[in-house]
Amino acid sequence: MGRTLRVVEYCARVYRRSWRGTLFVTFLSPVLFLGAMGFGLGGFVDRSDGLPGGVPYAAFLAPGLLAAQGMQTAAFESTYPIMGRIVWDRVYAAMLATPIGVRDIVLGQLAWIGFRLVLVTSVFFGVMVAFGLARSPIAVLGIGAATLTGLAFAAPIMAFTATQRNDQGFNAIFRFGITPLFLFSGTFFPVEQLPTLLQPIAWLTPTYHGVALARDLALGAATLPAALVHLAVLVGVTAAGLAAAFVTFRRALVV
Amino acid sequence: MPGRMSRGEPLPLVHARGLTKRFGAFTAVDAIDFDVARGEAFGFLGPNGAGKTSTMRMIGCVSPVTAGTLRVLGLDPATDGPRIRARLGVVPQQDSLDMELTVRENLVIYGRYFDLSRAEARRRADALLDFVQLLDRADSQVEPLSGGMKRRLTIARALINEPELLLLDEPTTGLDPQARHLLWDKLYRLKQEGVTLVLTTHYMDEAEQLCDRLVVMDKAKIVAEGSPRQLIERYVTREVLELRFPAGASVDLDGRLEGLAERVEQLPDRVLLYTDDGEAAVVAVHERGLRPESALVRRSTLEDVFLRLTGRTLVD
Amino acid sequence: MTSLARIGPWPLGGLRAARLVERNVMVYRRTWLVIVSGFFEPLFYLLGIGFGLGALIGDVPGPDGRPIPYGVFVAPALLATSAMNGAIYDSTFNVFFKLRYAKTYDAVLSTPLGVGDVALGEVAWALIRGTLYALGFLVVTVLLGLARSPLVVLTVPAAMLVGFAFAAVGMAATTFMRRWTDFDFIFVVTLPLFLFSATFYPITAYPDALRVLVVATPLYHGVDLIRGLSTGVVGPALLGHVVYLAVMGLAGVAVVWRRLDRLLLK
Repeated sequence: MGRTLRVVEYCARVYRRSWRGTLFVTFLSPVLFLGAMGFGLGGFVDRSDGLPGGVPYAAFLAPGLLAAQGMQTAAFESTYPIMGRIVWDRVYAAMLATPIGVRDIVLGQLAWIGFRLVLVTSVFFGVMVAFGLARSPIAVLGIGAATLTGLAFAAPIMAFTATQRNDQGFNAIFRFGITPLFLFSGTFFPVEQLPTLLQPIAWLTPTYHGVALARDLALGAATLPAALVHLAVLVGVTAAGLAAAFVTFRRALVV
Repeated sequence: MPGRMSRGEPLPLVHARGLTKRFGAFTAVDAIDFDVARGEAFGFLGPNGAGKTSTMRMIGCVSPVTAGTLRVLGLDPATDGPRIRARLGVVPQQDSLDMELTVRENLVIYGRYFDLSRAEARRRADALLDFVQLLDRADSQVEPLSGGMKRRLTIARALINEPELLLLDEPTTGLDPQARHLLWDKLYRLKQEGVTLVLTTHYMDEAEQLCDRLVVMDKAKIVAEGSPRQLIERYVTREVLELRFPAGASVDLDGRLEGLAERVEQLPDRVLLYTDDGEAAVVAVHERGLRPESALVRRSTLEDVFLRLTGRTLVD
Repeated sequence: MTSLARIGPWPLGGLRAARLVERNVMVYRRTWLVIVSGFFEPLFYLLGIGFGLGALIGDVPGPDGRPIPYGVFVAPALLATSAMNGAIYDSTFNVFFKLRYAKTYDAVLSTPLGVGDVALGEVAWALIRGTLYALGFLVVTVLLGLARSPLVVLTVPAAMLVGFAFAAVGMAATTFMRRWTDFDFIFVVTLPLFLFSATFYPITAYPDALRVLVVATPLYHGVDLIRGLSTGVVGPALLGHVVYLAVMGLAGVAVVWRRLDRLLLK
């Protein structure tokens, strides 16, 4: 535990030097999306009674963006910085020359990403509250849902990163993974709008479950069985990713 | 008519008078004069920051001259940069290989920059890869190559246009001894083939190995000029006796080495005695009752010349 | 010297820029997937926002105020934004990497190529890439029935113009960048442009004061130009858009030319 915390401490020290650079992308970007799509475009959705149940589009979109922000932040944090520490700067290799082990590195790194996720999603949640888009007292649990969504991406992507020798594969992850998930997993419109054949695919993605959970919480529509299913998927994917990361990190770092 | 030199005409390939480079208030090169003749290997020797690289960049037509005259291949870099560069080969201090291309592609595209046809560029690329012993790595990426291999590839790249003048900025800095010797061998062969070499170095052994003639630079100025042998003869004795004393003992050496050599140089870690007969000096030292930890007699080098001229060592 | 014979004086020095394009083609021969993947980004947005979300919206007012299906409205905007994003990416991150880290241009400049060739070559490359995407997107637009006028073929040159304007200005900005974190500035500029340039909803949704602001920004001109061509609503305003973008591009090129001289020829 103590050694894992040393790894977290390392990440925190690095972050203290570079947090300004991440401000815009992690914070302003979802706020701008919320403004343009939620309020700007949302006006046109509301005018045509697009959403069932008369939910204003902005209230529908905001929790979706919250979960998607978890996903996007996690995807970035578990690709380039991790590649840098494994291959480019060999920071982890230096850590392994101390009592710190591979598991400490994986757990510490993931814990740090989790902490960052809580941070960025909390800020965005604050924006939601300010715009009156959190319509239930338990909406605050959406921070947890979004963080878990992020972890469900961070763990497996970290595992993938450790198998790579350069950053060429990341382009595919973002273009063919994160972007479609951002657009088609219920963030912007209910997955029921998707062609019937594609809907089951959406159900399989962690993004869908994260978005659904955060949305149910924000709109006060959460039911315990559904919430438990969403949670189980997110925790399950995170655990599987973590197990894979233990293996791939060991292969990458202990030769 | 500039640029068209008839054979036998002693027009220098590089001609500099009062050549000066300033960056704002900082003077990197301070009114230096030199000429490089066709077919010779000419060196700039000096420590880091002496102004060697700035001089090289001016010759390479990628750095405007602040003041003075510079003619390269009889042309003015200010107006004829592209035409001059078409006939130069440049090996920069830091390898600027294209990491996104393979070893062979690096040479081929460079040939294309010089307007070679694709077929010709490929032909030359393979011939040059053979010359620098990298043919078996032709389709490899650049990244995994060793430092020596990258350097050789950079040299091969600089030769793709069959240059008349090859500029080498610190060609072997950072390489291991084996890689350096391999590189020196390649450069020596180029020299044999009549390519004019201009190089900078802060290694005296490199200057001695490769240069027919060199100038010693220090603090933006040329402080001496000649062949390595001439410089040694002019500024130092034939041999040097290097003495090392136990730590702290050097303080009470005052005066006790007087008269043992033409010149005594006290460095932090050792004492240098410049004399034509080193062995005799060793005997004399012992006769005076001095007990150095070690005594080494060696031939004088350009390092000693530099020490004499500037009071400082080349590499520190 | 054999090489000498082929090298005469070259009054059209800028033509050597083609060599730099050749280099980039060489690089991307191996990493073509990166190029191809760039085409999918606007396509995903078209399917997700245009159709998925569009089904909830129905019709929106077109350029002439008459209602058009949301997909018809948003498709041309996505073409314009992808032209901007592609050009910005190529002319900022890519150029910065080559300028500051890979020293690619230092090597290029010790050949007969000059700074002007480098600037032109990179902008040309960004344009070529953007044109490929625009052609691909045009085909998709037509196949999905989202084009309302034969003038839609002109969206390709229009997208090239958008690409040129942003590539030139992006590269100009890059020459002032010192470290990677400076690139947040690029996000700060392009993301609001992407979201607020009448891209996803008509400019009439804004209050008047805001509308003036939007009309002053460059992507709006690109979006409105391409939307006009694709829906067949043409008028003198389109000419204004063309002039705006052309002037922006030329100004960018002028700055790049001057700055590269300073940066590379020290």
